[in-house]
Amino acid sequence: MAERQEDFEQIDSFAEVVTLGEDEPLRLSSGETLSPFKVAYKCWGTLNEQRSNAILVCHALTGDQYARGKNPITGREGWWPKLIGPGLPIDTNKYFVICSNVLGSCSGSSGPKEINPATGEPYGLDFPVITIADMVSAQVRLIDHLKIDQLFSVIGGSMGGMQVLHWAANHKTRVKTAIPIASTWRHSAQNIAFHEVGRQAIMADPNWCDGRYFETEARPHAGLSVARMAAHITYMSERSLTSKFGRNLQDREKLTFGFDADFQVESYLRYQGISFVDRFDANSYLYITRAMDYYDISAEFEGSLTAVFENTPVKFCIMSFTSDWLYTTQESREIVRALNAVGAQVSFVEIEMDKGHDSFLLDCPEMFNIISGFLEAEAAFGGADEHE
Amino acid sequence: MSMNREINIHRASDIRVDLLLIANMIPNGARVLDVGCGDGELLDYLRREKNVNGRGIELSPEGVNKSVAKGLSVIQGNAEEELSHFPDNSFDYVILSQTLQAMGRPDRILQELLRVGKRAIVSFPNFGNWRVRMHLALRGRMPVTKSLDYPWYSTPNIHFCTIRDFVDLCKKLDIKIEKGMAVSAAGSKMAFNSMVLTNMFATQGLYVLTRD
Repeated sequence: MAERQEDFEQIDSFAEVVTLGEDEPLRLSSGETLSPFKVAYKCWGTLNEQRSNAILVCHALTGDQYARGKNPITGREGWWPKLIGPGLPIDTNKYFVICSNVLGSCSGSSGPKEINPATGEPYGLDFPVITIADMVSAQVRLIDHLKIDQLFSVIGGSMGGMQVLHWAANHKTRVKTAIPIASTWRHSAQNIAFHEVGRQAIMADPNWCDGRYFETEARPHAGLSVARMAAHITYMSERSLTSKFGRNLQDREKLTFGFDADFQVESYLRYQGISFVDRFDANSYLYITRAMDYYDISAEFEGSLTAVFENTPVKFCIMSFTSDWLYTTQESREIVRALNAVGAQVSFVEIEMDKGHDSFLLDCPEMFNIISGFLEAEAAFGGADEHE
Repeated sequence: MSMNREINIHRASDIRVDLLLIANMIPNGARVLDVGCGDGELLDYLRREKNVNGRGIELSPEGVNKSVAKGLSVIQGNAEEELSHFPDNSFDYVILSQTLQAMGRPDRILQELLRVGKRAIVSFPNFGNWRVRMHLALRGRMPVTKSLDYPWYSTPNIHFCTIRDFVDLCKKLDIKIEKGMAVSAAGSKMAFNSMVLTNMFATQGLYVLTRD
């Protein structure tokens, strides 16, 4: 442990893949177990002596552990570059920031793309179906491994927010504060419907081969690309699509009376689809969308959202965006009201932003201000107003 | 809602004098909800000085933002909508300071305050004040005063009342007035023993209410 501490102080940013659960299998919601399993993660900043300044950042559906800095897979900048870093709202000069790749994903943590230790070949569809709860269970093991008893905060947007809520509801003594952004407490019929379109597109691709495409040269890129295109529409608002593209034509003067990408919006979506397949695994897309569809945080509490948060000591800061029609403000408000009904400490802001669900990943000064204000105040007064 | 707090009142110690009057009525350790809490000034003071367990509702995102940065738990929303989601008796005190006149239905809000809280502390600008009366009587125009600085067509303050109106409404709703005081333009307590004088000279009314 002393050695580890030293490591953290010397290296201000490191990435690692850790193998866990060799002695103690990870029990999944489905009843199946994973043993061992891998968690790929990345850290920034320094863990303090009390091990009390750790913040866990939870990524969304197609995210990864590279929240900040250059992503070695894509060569591009991380997905929350303006939020995490020295002097930024999640200040790596003050906090030890951890971001791990979720179970079932494809950036190094155990998932369908990884080798099944039992067979020596990729899992494919032999990988067990996982849930948001299972993703969090793997994160709990990682936090245990890092010898952190309590996280100063857990933060995430979209599916990341689902993990945050699950942490707060089911591991309440291990989280001091929770910041779910643009998220929800259960997947709606509409959410499930959109995901089903994506999954069907992948499974309809002949290259998918019942998930065993790793045995062939081809990949189900067409299907995965369509899945991404459909999903991407749900991440944007009608207004942002209109202001970005309107009915503008793509590199042409007039309609071609064919099925090329005449419109800029078509060309844009095709690009979103094509660039996605290079960095994401089709089977992982099936597993993670399934996990989100299965998510209903009230399910284990007889459908009562207030029961989920009864006696919670966790302090919440919840944000939604006006133009987000995927996980609407109404859904965040339902969480806020349940928290108020049980006397929890909760703050909530609906941020005026016209970019749709993806607003949480964009340059949003108001969101940055709220996060830094909340964290700074909690670091300064932490515990001063705990009465219950 | 925060705009209704923009009153020209001096500060005593580090809190506005009219807020201090409210703070002084709240016992140590109470559970308090501040409806229309602005930037959280009162809640922050109550937490520091009275060890109060406070919550706030605020319409403006800027207000919520500033409150959150003070470490307060404040939700953004419309008071009339959000109050209805709190269980009965969630709080010892619910505060509605300088906001009653901006509510769609002040009568329903008063009842909601007393459903959610055991006591309500309500302050409001007194439209019976002599300056307001003079303004209307002599100029024949809707009063626009320093503290109520909006023309009639764009004011958020849509339900003005006088102190006498307020007291009558409480009676009608079977709300018990536990304590009432007249507050001057400077934000300090005025001592009158007649309703006529109170209604004529108070700039604000400040009341502690309970269910009868």
